[in-house]
Amino acid sequence: MFPLSTDEWLAIELSLRVAFWSVWFSLPFALFFAWLLARRNFFGKTLVDGLIHLPLVLPPVVIGYILLVMLGRKGLIGEWLYEALGVSVAFKWEGAAIASAVMGFPLMVRAIRLSLETVDQGLEKAARTLRAGPIRVFLTITLPLISPGILTGVVLGFARSLGEFGATITFVSNIPGETRTLPLALYTFTQVPGGDAMAMRLTVIAVVLALLSLFISEFLARRIRARLGG
Amino acid sequence: MLEVKIKGAIDQFEIDATFMTEAGTLTALFGRSGAGKTTIINMIAGLVKPRDGRIAIDNDVLFDSAHAIDQPPNKRGVGYIFQDNLLFPHLTVKGNLCYGQNLTPTADRYLDFDEMVELLGLKHLLSRRPSSLSGGEKKRVAVGRALLANPRALLMDEPLAGLDMARKDEILPFIEQIRQQVRLPIVYVSHDIDDVLRLSDQIALIDKGRTVLVGPAETVANHAEARLLLGQNNPSTIVSGTVISHDTTFGLTSLETQAGLIRVPGLKLPPGSPLRLRLNARNISIALSKPQDISVLNVLPGVIESIEKIDTSTVDVKIRLATQLTIDARITTLAHQNLNLAIGTSVFALIKSVAVDRF
Repeated sequence: MFPLSTDEWLAIELSLRVAFWSVWFSLPFALFFAWLLARRNFFGKTLVDGLIHLPLVLPPVVIGYILLVMLGRKGLIGEWLYEALGVSVAFKWEGAAIASAVMGFPLMVRAIRLSLETVDQGLEKAARTLRAGPIRVFLTITLPLISPGILTGVVLGFARSLGEFGATITFVSNIPGETRTLPLALYTFTQVPGGDAMAMRLTVIAVVLALLSLFISEFLARRIRARLGG
Repeated sequence: MLEVKIKGAIDQFEIDATFMTEAGTLTALFGRSGAGKTTIINMIAGLVKPRDGRIAIDNDVLFDSAHAIDQPPNKRGVGYIFQDNLLFPHLTVKGNLCYGQNLTPTADRYLDFDEMVELLGLKHLLSRRPSSLSGGEKKRVAVGRALLANPRALLMDEPLAGLDMARKDEILPFIEQIRQQVRLPIVYVSHDIDDVLRLSDQIALIDKGRTVLVGPAETVANHAEARLLLGQNNPSTIVSGTVISHDTTFGLTSLETQAGLIRVPGLKLPPGSPLRLRLNARNISIALSKPQDISVLNVLPGVIESIEKIDTSTVDVKIRLATQLTIDARITTLAHQNLNLAIGTSVFALIKSVAVDRF
């Protein structure tokens, strides 16, 4: 098994980088939409809720194609981004992170929204009477109380990203060292004759990576539970 | 001084409340459950917006619909002790106590953390989590947390509800001490007349969201409206008095009251202490002449003011005492006939010492 080849390290490093950035990039948005759906009533709420959940029910390839049409170098937004700012995410690892973020978004919103709905809003009111403004109340009361939900959301988003395949390969293709994450690398080996051994190695790596993520999240969950005094 | 004059529609009610509370005095919002008492203090705290009216502490206007003033709760400086405490579960007792204090500008801090912890007996609990505290301990933390935010007025929502007698006795002295030591206007919501009589200087009687009657505690408690709310089954007269002297031989305490001199079984209060008594109409007898051979110690002369038939067997007799206070006595219709009682008859009200409730 050991040592791992350069290509394998590259795939691992890329997968983790894509997962990390997709989660951190989408977390603030997930928090905002979770709050919006849990705490506010507005016209078109059902539509917003539905749009957020689309990646959960659509085939990932469809999401990848939509991203390509929107953000590709000739896409609706992508063309403007490229011409105005010289930025393009097409065929870049950043594009893979965006694809992962979109796919994991509904899972994060759901987890955070659920925990937001269990927070006693009386606690927030109590904090308001103790001289705390709305933003401080959110940061010192709401956020700590929903931290288990945020952790769950992050873990789900991270896992979704590690496993993401369809949207990524459709949107940013399969470029070694740039967009060839672990699942894409595994797929590639299954497509070439004699790649079985390599595919098996990547499978073991994927399992180890998944187990490690689970252990870390369980460890963090315990710390949060202890801190919340539950 | 806290001034409140607010109106607003909440659910099925129209809130219409007007009252004032001086610094150092406790006004009880008293009424049935669901009468809108909590909504009124939520409006004072800024958690619910009144439709119109004005709320001010001294010269600081917290809410004024006429001038479009509506300060947010965090700017009002109004302390709130919630019925269900609402302690922050993710913070220690110390973290809870410091939450509001840390946000108070240094110039506005008039309470010392250590003194407050000492007063409320919380020192050994500081590192604990709220979930591990008893009901009485939680309430004390809630009281300390609200006060350490150094408020200019204090709101208490049924602080004794849901606590057993022992826990009540644990909390009551703190509330009395706070009223005396921290000179704040206090608004206290309760549906328990005993708690209200023990703590309040002033009562605002609330019925269906409206302040029906506001005044000194005895006046409101003796008023017909309050009796209607309390139910007519057990009429009584509330009198305030002060301790004059203690008789150590028999363990009796003499009190100077609005009804005259009354002796009750020994109280552990120094002479000069104010207190309230409840004279239950069921425990008051009537005699036409001053009785000699009788166990009752309190014999008060008076004149019958009115007689009201309650049912076929009982009547309520109102007696105007020498002190001009009117008290109720509930006697049988038969006794009423036998004594030939009528309006204007001079009588003696006999009050059993051991049957007097003290607050």
